[in-house]
Amino acid sequence: MAMLEVNDIHTYYGNIHALKGISITVEEGEIVTLIGANGAGKTTTLRTISGLLTPREGSISYLGKDIVGTPAHKLVYERMAMVPEGRGVFAKLTVQENLEMGHFSREDKDGIARDLERVFTLFPRMKERRKQVAGTLSGGEQQMLATGRAMMSAPRLLMLDEPSMGLAPVLVDAVFDAIVEINKEGTTILLVEQNALMALSIANRGYVLQTGQIVLHDDAEKLKNNEMVQKAYLGVD
Amino acid sequence: MSERIKQIDILGVVMWFFRAAIIVAMLWGTIATLMDNPYSAKAWTDTIVAGIAQGSLYALIAIGYTLVYGVLFMINFAHGEFFMSGIMTSTIFIAIPMSESGYLDANPVLGLIIIALVTMLVSIGVAILTERVAYKPLRGAPRLVPLITAIGASFFWQYYFRGLYGSEVKPFPLIDSIAGKMTIFGIEILKSQALVIVVAIIMLIGLNLFVIKTKVGKSIRAAAENKDVARLMGIDVDRAITITFTMGAAMAGIAGVLYALVFRQVHYFMGFFPGIKAFTAAVLGGIGSIPGAALGGLLLGVFESVGPALFLEGLGVPSPHQLKDVIAFTMLVLVLIFRPQGILGERLAEEKA
Repeated sequence: MAMLEVNDIHTYYGNIHALKGISITVEEGEIVTLIGANGAGKTTTLRTISGLLTPREGSISYLGKDIVGTPAHKLVYERMAMVPEGRGVFAKLTVQENLEMGHFSREDKDGIARDLERVFTLFPRMKERRKQVAGTLSGGEQQMLATGRAMMSAPRLLMLDEPSMGLAPVLVDAVFDAIVEINKEGTTILLVEQNALMALSIANRGYVLQTGQIVLHDDAEKLKNNEMVQKAYLGVD
Repeated sequence: MSERIKQIDILGVVMWFFRAAIIVAMLWGTIATLMDNPYSAKAWTDTIVAGIAQGSLYALIAIGYTLVYGVLFMINFAHGEFFMSGIMTSTIFIAIPMSESGYLDANPVLGLIIIALVTMLVSIGVAILTERVAYKPLRGAPRLVPLITAIGASFFWQYYFRGLYGSEVKPFPLIDSIAGKMTIFGIEILKSQALVIVVAIIMLIGLNLFVIKTKVGKSIRAAAENKDVARLMGIDVDRAITITFTMGAAMAGIAGVLYALVFRQVHYFMGFFPGIKAFTAAVLGGIGSIPGAALGGLLLGVFESVGPALFLEGLGVPSPHQLKDVIAFTMLVLVLIFRPQGILGERLAEEKA
């Protein structure tokens, strides 16, 4: 059974029909990416899975449980985490406090200490800046913090929304290396990206979204060589 | 040169004239008062101490405004009624019977603790009820809607408690052990005022530590900054909001007990003016900031107490002490002209909602 099964979900913003029947499957241990243009519904899909939005139709099953209607804060206790678009660090809280919010759902002190060590190994700069207020970090550091914070909840499924947005290329590489590393340590990844080439180069499979629908689904390698994907998202003529 | 001249608009000139006029009037009044020197040093000290005590009360109430604004971006105008409801209930059902039976004078400490606990519980109950019934269904509505609802809730509670307890003023019993004066550092001070100041300081420090240090406090600050991200951390935002109202109401409850000890009377309308003043204090200090609310309350209390004698006496204004509210609100206008975000407030870089 797949870890996450999204089956024909329809999500609305008021009267705007944002998702028109999205179906996605994510197997344990995979990196799956959703690519597509602005407004295709990538962020809406993640927000619907994470419980911030409720679909009007369709079903979502996570670890064998139907999770439609379960509020976002309860899904965190089911070991699902999301790094939102724009990173969403708590700007007035320190780096340390941000990480503490990341393990809000946990009580196991030993596990928390272990994960904190893991975050600091992956992002040594976070250790240096522990006492600093998160609003004063650079964009790349904020992305590291947001990712590290999500790791602190020890997620089995980690969803990332546009982790490369607004970052210099060298930082994008660092962030993607970290994602691969987190995946290797056993966390399943669902990645939303506009930088399709980067996303497809680390993913196992990919879905292409267009105006609230999935138009293509294949192995990442095959998608990279797909003519339509090359034209629309990879900038190949 | 011509660029510069173009930028000066008529409204700006009027505003600068206005600012200058207020400052000149204040300075003139101060100098004239000090030259004339109508009051003794002791009278000034007494006025300042009374101001600090009054300011401590404002600070405690202002916390409720600032906490709720910090999390919901809403001015909870019913907060003055949270303050009133607790102390009215415990005066009638606890304090007066305890005083009549002689228990309160025999065990003043325990008696006051019981009164404080009951007051806080009633204030918290009213606050949670108001939040559940009147505010929670409006989450996500345009900001004006909860604001108007809050004004409605304020009237509702005023007249509800008037209906419940009657419209007459009820005396709060005199407790012998805190009647009269005492001397600290050579300053003579009413015992009740000293109690107000000490309790207020302890409560404010305790609350600030709670918000800064504890997991719950941090989750409230996280929810204040970004509700969706807070949810993604596993924080139950509705619960965080309820806790915020609870903390504000507990502070208002304590303020109610202290108010009753100083002024020794309670009535259904008693929440209105302290509520408005505390709101002013919260804006003055920078709404959303806890240290700001404390500082704003203290400054407002002292200015209101010292201001009439200092500024207005010298200007030859008759019976200046009746104009203390004018001083309070003039101070608000002055601060907002020069520092719109309040003394300790942060400038809002982006609209938060």
